[in-house]
Amino acid sequence: MSETVLKKEERVAIALRSLYKKYGYLPYKMSKFEAYDLYAQNKDFLVGEGVITFTDTDGKLLALKPDVTLSIIKNAGDNGEKQKVYYNENVYRISGDSKQFKELMQVGLECIGDLSVYDIYETLTLACASLAEISPKFVLDISHLGILSGVLEEIALGEVFDNKAQKFVAEKNAHELLSLCETYKVSKEQTEKLLVLITAYGTVESVLKTLAPLCKTGKTAKAYEELSSLCSLLKTSEYAENIRLDFSVVNALNYYNGIVFKGFIDGIYKSVLSGGRYDRLMARMQKETGAIGFAVYLDLLEGFEETRGAYDFDTLILYDENTDIRALVQTVETLIANGETVRTEKTQGKWRYKKLVNLQAGDKV
Amino acid sequence: MINIALPKGRLGERVYSAFEKAGFACPSIKENNRKLIFENEETGVRYFWVKPSDVSIYVERGVADIGVCGKDILEEYAPDVYELLDLKTGICRMAVAGKKEFYDDGERTLKVATKFVRVAKRYYAQKGRKIDVIKLNGSIEIAPILGLSDVIVDIVETGTTLKENNLEVKETIFPISARLIANKTAFKFNTKEIERLVDGVKKLLEETGDKL
Repeated sequence: MSETVLKKEERVAIALRSLYKKYGYLPYKMSKFEAYDLYAQNKDFLVGEGVITFTDTDGKLLALKPDVTLSIIKNAGDNGEKQKVYYNENVYRISGDSKQFKELMQVGLECIGDLSVYDIYETLTLACASLAEISPKFVLDISHLGILSGVLEEIALGEVFDNKAQKFVAEKNAHELLSLCETYKVSKEQTEKLLVLITAYGTVESVLKTLAPLCKTGKTAKAYEELSSLCSLLKTSEYAENIRLDFSVVNALNYYNGIVFKGFIDGIYKSVLSGGRYDRLMARMQKETGAIGFAVYLDLLEGFEETRGAYDFDTLILYDENTDIRALVQTVETLIANGETVRTEKTQGKWRYKKLVNLQAGDKV
Repeated sequence: MINIALPKGRLGERVYSAFEKAGFACPSIKENNRKLIFENEETGVRYFWVKPSDVSIYVERGVADIGVCGKDILEEYAPDVYELLDLKTGICRMAVAGKKEFYDDGERTLKVATKFVRVAKRYYAQKGRKIDVIKLNGSIEIAPILGLSDVIVDIVETGTTLKENNLEVKETIFPISARLIANKTAFKFNTKEIERLVDGVKKLLEETGDKL
């Protein structure tokens, strides 16, 4: 029964909640409102979309929650204990293009505290398991921001260059990255390092092999080491085939650091899962600890792999003022007991149904 | 099957023949009829013609796996797509133009007429210049002549129209050419096919000296 009543996104939401619970994540429930200040201070964290605001009875500016992560961090305790929480919430945004208010269902989890390699591994596996819950045809793209920011620090040309280079890497835009490097007179060797971040993508082994000679020193070497040790763990996971390395996953460098990832499902036009390690955001909010998490955008699942039923209900029963109500009740209940779906109406309407039962008595003389 | 959105018009036709040479032929596209969608099962490709400014929407929303559109559209709409290749064709530039005698002394709000509202806003915001954007949908050049605006932000190809109307380019904002873009999800699941097309076109560009 639940199979037919629940929509895909609702089924997935339930499955994901029970999945996260299995790994000891605790449910996190919060208010729909939050002080607007929280979002104003971290504007770029909410990529590109507006926040719906209103004033409360004291004249304070509030927002309909556009994001869950910031609220969880704000309320995270400082007692050094690790927190593992999951949520299933609606968030509200103003869409960039059409300026419409949007209500979006999100499920996700956050792991906050002193993170071990295992915590990161667990988050990535849960991200894979979440995608597998939606469809077996999925890809999880993983990147390590330490490599990109390491290369950019070596080049050391400042924020304007960094932002442009980052954008081009995210777009896999090799031609403009090349001309940017030419304009800024970046050395051939360093240009090559940036370009590899665009051209090297795909299976874990092949990308790690290509990257190895470029990540020999400093920050990039450390990032490479972390990435490859994670990959060797993931190799044995049941989702190994679905994992790719791809450096076009570039989340804002001022919030994220370390591992970042995005999940794609064949048939859904944009990434349905996004996450990463955001120690920098924690630091900005005066919490000196690690954090990693992800969100699944369930609104994108609407209509995915669902065919519309050919019928609105199985049987339409017509009646009028002169129909014997007891006979009507009995007919309805018998049909429902047989597992049919039934609708009673006085006129035939435009519904689609398999069977018509006419109990109309007409005018009795 | 790989779905390709092409911009209606000369540019799209030129790009199609490049794709054909790269091994993605679809002969039915050359038949002179009013069909909008063309398919070739042998080469596993489906083409469709759409309004040039809509190509990025079809690709971003995934109904087209890849598409071809001008950099002007990408700058204006900033779609969430991969930009895989510069096709070095359809070359022109985004520019500020105005009457020859117009000089911006910066004393008052600059009136800017354009189709490219975001490009104009971003450009002048970077310069810290206060502007009043007037969104027009066509015949932009007439705006400064009639006094509707001080300058226009528009695509300039040869500059002939400007010259004939006593207008001139004041500043170039960025160069434009046609780009090959791909939907991000499609790229994950059709990597090989898309790479084959990109490599084929790249080779063609090398052979022809960037002339598709």
